[in-house]
Order: sequence, then structure tokens, then C-alpha cells
Amino acid sequence: MISLVLILIASLFFMGIIIRTKSITSGRKGPGIFQPMKDIVRLWKKGAVYSETTSFIFQIAPSIYFASILMAVLVIPFGSYGGVISFNGDFVFFAYVLALGKFFSIIGALDTGSSFEGMGASREALYSLLAEPAFFILMGSFALFTGHTSFVDIFTSLHFGTYISYALGILATFILIMIAMIENSRMPIDDPKTHLELTMVHEVMILDNSGFDLGLILYGTHLKFAMYGALIANFFTDSFPFYISIPIFLAVQFIFAIIVGMLESFNARFRMGNNAQFIFTLTSLSLLIFFGVLLILKKII
Amino acid sequence: MTIFLIYSILVALTLLLIPIVHVRLKGIITLSVVFINAILSGIVVFPVLLGENFEIIFSGTLITGEIPIRIDALSAWFILIINFTIVTGAIYGLNYMKTYKNQTANISIHCIAYLLMQMSLIGICVIQNSLVFLFAWETMAFSSFLLIIFEHHKHATLKAGINFLIQSHVSILFLTVAFIWVYYRTDSYDFNSIILFSENYPTIISFGLYLFFFIGFAIKAGFVPFHTWLPYAHPASPSHISGVMSGVIIKIGIFGILRMLLLIHTDFTVLGSVILIFSVISGVYGVMLAIIQHNIKTLLAYHSIENIGIIGIGIGLGTIGIGENNSTLVLLGFGGGLLHVLNHSLFKSLLFYAAGNVYQATHTLDIEKLGGLIKSMPHTAILFLIAALAICGLPPFNGFVSEFLIYSGLFNGIENKALLNVFIFLFSILGLVLIGGLALLCFTKAFGIIFLGTARHHFHDTVKEAENGKLVPMYLIALFIITIGIFPQFFIHLLNKPIQLFTNKINQPTELISTFQLYETMQYIGLCALGFMVLTLSIFWLRAKITAKKSKIIATTWGCGYTGNPEKMQYTASSFIRSYRKLIEPLLLIKKHKIELIGVFPKNGAHKTHPLDKMEEWLITIPLKKLYFIFGKFRFIQNGNAQLYVLYGAIFITLIIAAPFLYNALLKLIEFINLI
Repeated sequence: MISLVLILIASLFFMGIIIRTKSITSGRKGPGIFQPMKDIVRLWKKGAVYSETTSFIFQIAPSIYFASILMAVLVIPFGSYGGVISFNGDFVFFAYVLALGKFFSIIGALDTGSSFEGMGASREALYSLLAEPAFFILMGSFALFTGHTSFVDIFTSLHFGTYISYALGILATFILIMIAMIENSRMPIDDPKTHLELTMVHEVMILDNSGFDLGLILYGTHLKFAMYGALIANFFTDSFPFYISIPIFLAVQFIFAIIVGMLESFNARFRMGNNAQFIFTLTSLSLLIFFGVLLILKKII
Repeated sequence: MTIFLIYSILVALTLLLIPIVHVRLKGIITLSVVFINAILSGIVVFPVLLGENFEIIFSGTLITGEIPIRIDALSAWFILIINFTIVTGAIYGLNYMKTYKNQTANISIHCIAYLLMQMSLIGICVIQNSLVFLFAWETMAFSSFLLIIFEHHKHATLKAGINFLIQSHVSILFLTVAFIWVYYRTDSYDFNSIILFSENYPTIISFGLYLFFFIGFAIKAGFVPFHTWLPYAHPASPSHISGVMSGVIIKIGIFGILRMLLLIHTDFTVLGSVILIFSVISGVYGVMLAIIQHNIKTLLAYHSIENIGIIGIGIGLGTIGIGENNSTLVLLGFGGGLLHVLNHSLFKSLLFYAAGNVYQATHTLDIEKLGGLIKSMPHTAILFLIAALAICGLPPFNGFVSEFLIYSGLFNGIENKALLNVFIFLFSILGLVLIGGLALLCFTKAFGIIFLGTARHHFHDTVKEAENGKLVPMYLIALFIITIGIFPQFFIHLLNKPIQLFTNKINQPTELISTFQLYETMQYIGLCALGFMVLTLSIFWLRAKITAKKSKIIATTWGCGYTGNPEKMQYTASSFIRSYRKLIEPLLLIKKHKIELIGVFPKNGAHKTHPLDKMEEWLITIPLKKLYFIFGKFRFIQNGNAQLYVLYGAIFITLIIAAPFLYNALLKLIEFINLI
């Protein structure tokens, strides 16, 4: 329960910090950190324009997409405090419920019959499919490492002892950041600020969404960021009491947002054709973690 | 016993009756007999699933010996699945075949074959005499051949049917060899002699025996590389037959594999790894090829291969569990595999029926020509969507439950002591994840292009929604899919006895996860599924509340400034998967046919891609070509000269008459050599 509240709080300012970081690095002052949230609230109050091509799929897709993210958030634990939903193998549920949301956002885009949105949908489907193995191998390594298969048990019994395990923690953090970037269609993969439909991935999929639905989709992105931030924070909160772990959580979210902002400021987007290779590299990185775990457990050597 | 008698008499009478009655009655009679048979066998089988054992031994004939009919929980589980799919298939087929009602004789054969198929499938599950088993197997193969070639005036259909028949017989060949092997050593056709055989001979020999059975059954199940008949047979047959074939006929191969696992004692760890590797390859290869298909039914056929792979991963996992005395793996592996057998039979038959609806409404199976059907066929679209979500293994539907079980098993198994097993499990996890992701790509393509957007092709007739007669069985299946998603614990409970058959093979079980714990987790997943539905509904309700008073404008899709007819500008199936195709191209065999645009006024520019099956090319087409070449060398023998043919005959007769003499001469020669 605590994790749900914290993630919801973090989702309010996360995007604001990213935008602020980007403004500062480019020499501007930038808007307040709650501005993106205010924009979303404004969208929620607006009416909508629907394409005549669309069917009911287009109407239900954003709601289901949002519900899937909310459902995934419910699975995330906070240190040794389990999420609202917690059972053995819950990370499989986490990944698959997110995939359900993705399914609906893709068919929602295809429902408009627009060539641009089809293009975005095609790319999104491919990238998320390529990113999935990295997450599963990462979780598989931790399952092997700790002997547990639920988020909360893994994070409770995850103790960094040796030097190798620190390296693994850093690698895991890196992979999770990259997965978060891919899942949210951010910089190295996709540029949310691009002005050309041909080079968009996620943005082009939601070209036809407006009003409440668009608000839901955008807030979904914020939530997703905060959710991955919470996952990363779990590596560091260990089993400290609340007055230490909550500040750590917020600090991790804060730093994560700044890293994202920095990445977006100083990185150029990859060429579309190279994205697939890059995403697959993540899988090999997670394999590195797997072998690291085997090393620690003395299964090899 | 009486039930058996009623059953056989009923089938025999109907088989006689069908050719005589009016064409309209044929279907109804078949449906009702299929239904009665399903209920009869259900009555016998259901108590078995809950724990009773059932055994009748018929005296049989001099040749076959005693014919034991044994029904255990495994057969019971499969019989119930078979009956459900066959009944829904019959209801759907009754309405589907209305279009062909003037082909009276053809329909008679079709109905008879359908009945025979049901009987032989049930027979395969219960008969434990290898000779009679093979007889039932052959009946099944032949009746499905007749069902496939319903539209036999089409060349492609006939070819697909013959392809199926030949491959079925290769499968029978392997089974026959294996059964004869056992008979030769034990002098009995009873299945129990297989247990004796494998206990009395070294593990390596029983392993070899298992491989023979495995190949025989894998051809039927469609494991890669024995899958090549599947993508031809499914599109060729009428939709209800494709549904039944994908739903249960290929599952009978899985049944065989499981049955032999129960009978043969061998090194289960190695065997499990072999099955696991075969399955992962089948799964990934199946879905990889499925994505690039443009024919709905071929696409679905390749997906069957993928799902057989998933089932196989479960079975392999469980088998390793037996080998390692790890009851958790057995529970999760076989539990997941067996549940996926049921799940796949549900959503795959639903998908094929939906494809049938689309085919009868538009008369095409080419995805590229379809589009925007959701407006004219909303029911079919919703049903297809439910099945598509389920087949991708997404919660809150049934596919997730079985895939979750298999995932849990793999993550549990990765803590294995042996390093080799750790890598095999890692490989399987990687495979399963890829399968999931690729299936998502495939079904967003299939659903998105067929049902969404606007029409890509103008059809002669207006596209109409299918009749209620077709939709009712489909909704029945969809209901089942959702029920399993929400109440998985109930179905896991039903699987208790079948799984126990496998747990019993473990000598000293080390219990890590008890069945009880599994029920709890399943209940939890069911609750999560329900919770997700409630959450979605409440968000939707909130949305409706908030947007009720807001303005709603209907406008054209954003075309980047282009306001003309965007119909031809839509993304097509090929363009949707283009980046994937580019990525995967080195692994597959895709023939491209391109006519470039040349000159100031270019004409007839075209670009066609034909996805070919690389395995088929390597294992069937190229060896066949080589065979043609070799046998072509002997073509001079067949030169059409009557005199020479008489000469061949004369030589042949002489050889036959001379055979004993030659044999004697040979013996003498050997004696002579021995003397020296």
C-alpha cells in the first residue's frame, strides 16, 4: 500500500523534474515541476475529437492501457513491504499486464486507419518485444540469486555482500533505466519532442487521441516512470525504517528523473534501424548479470 | 459396459443412416449423435478424472490378444477436452456447411468422417492394445484426411490433404516400428508390456524406444521439424475442421507423448532436456513464421506450432522434475502443460471459427485485402480479440494462467544444482519470453489489419455479420476462456489426478511447493484478473461520467495535412511487420518478387513477398529433389516399350521361381567358405 502512495506522489513531479533538467541544461529557466501534471488535469477537463474511422476499440484502449499500468504499479513493493498484490511469480504478472496495456495501445493506434499511427504501432510492438527478455533474465538472475520468485521476497533478501554484487546492482540499475526509457519511448530510442511524424514512435500512436483519453495516456507515462523508479529504489531501500527509506525512495526518484533529463539533453536519438540492435544489447547485459550471479553462487569456476 | 454397447450401436446406426437422409438432416443427426456420444463418454470419464479407475478387458481376437480399455485421469482429461471442442465444432460446422448444402454426397462423407474422428480420438485415449491402438490411429488419420479435403475440387486442398496423409503415415510408421519392437521382446500387445520392456532393458534402449514414439507422436503434434503438414492442412480444410484439428487432433500427439512418459522408464533428466529444447525451438520458430504469413489460417496454423511448443516446454519441465525427484517442477510443468492443452484448444478453435466467419463474409483469407471489419462484424471482432488476447498469454484470460505456471516452474527450476540444467532453463525462459512478445506482434497485426481501420479492398457483396448459429458456440468458448482466467484454481483442482500420475513416478519426492500453495496462488491470480476487470470498468465508468457533458466532435483521422481518401495510405500487414522482417530475414527464407518502376510513365510496379519455410525447404523439398534426381537415373527402365515390360515380367517370375535355388546356392557357398 505504501508503495502505491509513494509511486503516486512521485508520478506527480517526475516529468516536471525531467523537463526542468532539460531546460536548465539548455540554458532556460523552465516551467515549475508540477506543470506537466497541470497540463494533464487540463486535458482531463477537455472535450474530445474522434476520428470517423475509429470504432469502440479506440474508446476503450486508453482506459485499459491506463488500468494495466495501475495494475502493474500495485505489484511493486516498497522494501520489505509488499505491494497490494504480491504472490510467487508476481513479476510475470507485472510484465504481462503491462503487455496487455501495450496490446491495447497498439490496436488503438491501428484503429484510426492512419499510416503514421500504423508506423508507430509497428515500431512500438517490435521494441517492447525486444526489451522483454532483458527484464525476464534480470528477474530470473535475482530469483536464482535469492531463491525467491516474488518482488517483495527478492528485494527483502537481496543483500549486497561481495564486490561482484555491487557491480551487478549497478548493471541492474542501468538495465532498468534503459527498460524504462524504452517502455516510455524516451530518448535513445525515441524522441518525444520530435516534430516529424515519420520519426516518432509513441507520440505518433496517440496523434488522434484527445481530451480525457490523451490525459490518461500521458499520466500513464508519468506513472510508468515513477513505477520503474520505485523498482530501482528498491535496490537501495533495503530494510531501513521508514524515516530513512522514504527519503531514499524520493531521492532515487529525483536522481532517476535528473538522469533521464540529462540523457535526453546530451544524447541524440539513435537511427531507427539501429534501435533493435541496441535493445537486444540490453538482453546480453542482463545475461552478464546472470553469469555474475552464477559466479557469486560458485556455480561456475 | 452397456455404455460402450450403446455408444458403438449408436455410431454404427448413424453411419448407416447418414447417407440415406435428406441433406438438411445429415448435419443435425451428426450433431446430435456427436453430442450424445460426448455426454456418454463424459459420464464414464468424469468420475475417473476425480479419482476412480476404470478398466475393462475385452477378450479380443486371436491376432490382437486381449484388448484392455483402461481410462486413467490423463485419458479422462483429454477426452473431456476432445468432446468439448468436437461438440462446439459440430455446432459451428452445422451452420458453416449451409453454404455447401447442394453437395449432398460430399456432405455425407464429411459427416461420417466427423463421427469416425470423434470415435477414433476417444478410442486412442482409452485403448491400451498396441495393434488396436494403431487401428484407431489410422482411422483418425484417414477420417481427418477426408475432413480436410472437403473442397477437393481445389488443387491446393487435395495437395494439402495428400501431404497430410503421407506425413500421418510416416508417423504411423514410427509408431508401428516402436510397437513391434516392444512386441518382439515381450510377446504382448498390451501397453503394460512397454513398462516391462523399459524396466528390463538398459536406459539407453528404452530411451531409443521413447525417441521412436516421440517422433511418431511429434509428427502429429507438429513439433518442429515435423510440422510441415500443418500450415498446408489448416488453411485447406473448412474452418470448423481447422478449429477441431488445431484444437484436438494435434493434441492427440501430446497425449501420446504423455502416455509414453507414463509407461517408459528411462533417464528422465536427459529426456526432459531433449523435449525442452525441441519445444523451445518449435515455439520460437512457429511464431517467427506466423508473423510473416498473410493468410489468416496459415498464420493460425503456425501459431498452433508455437503453442505446441509452449505445451512441450511444460512437459519437458515436468519430465526434468521427474528425473530430479523435484515434485514442484512436476506439478508446475505438467500442470501448466496440461492446462495449456485445454486453453489452446479453446482459443485456437475460437480463432479458427472467427477466421471462418471472416472467410464466409468476404470470401478471402488474405489479410492484406481485409480491413475495417469491426464495423460490419462486431461480434466476430470481439470474439477474435478475446481469443487473440488469450493466445498472447495476457491476463485476465486463460492463456496467462498456463503460461504463468510454466514460468513459475522455469524460475523454480533455475535454482537447479546442475549447471547444464540451469542453462537449459535460461534458454527456455528466453524462448518463452520471445514467444510471448512475438505473439503480441503477430496478433496486433492480425486483429489490427483484419478488423480495424478502413476496408482495403472492395468486395462484391456487402460484408455481413455471421448468423447466430455460428456465434453461439463461439460465445460459449469465450465464456470458458474468461472463466478459466478468473477461476483457475478450479481447473487446477481438476488437474490434480492427472498430475498425480506423474508425481507418482518420483521415488522420494522433495516437496517444495505443495498443491495447496498452488491453489492459493491460482486463487490469487484469479482475484487479480477479476480486480483488473473491476479496475478497468471503474476507470471506464469514471471516463463516461467525466466526459458525459463534454463536447464530442467527429472528424477525419489526422493525415498530416492530407485530407483525401486515406484508404490506400493505411498501414498494411506487410508494412506493419516490415522492421521485424528486416531483422529476422537472415534466419528465414523469404522469396521476393519485385517489378521496379522504370521510365517517365511507369506501369505495373509490384512487390510481392512469399515467406517459405526454411525447415521444410531443407528437410523435405531439397531431399525430395535429390530423390527425384537419383530415381530419374532409372527412368530408362520405364520407357513405354511393351516388349520390354513383358521381359521385366519374365525376369521377375524367373527370379521368384529361382529364389529357393539361389538361397540354397548361397548357403552352400557360405558352408564352403566356412570349410576353408
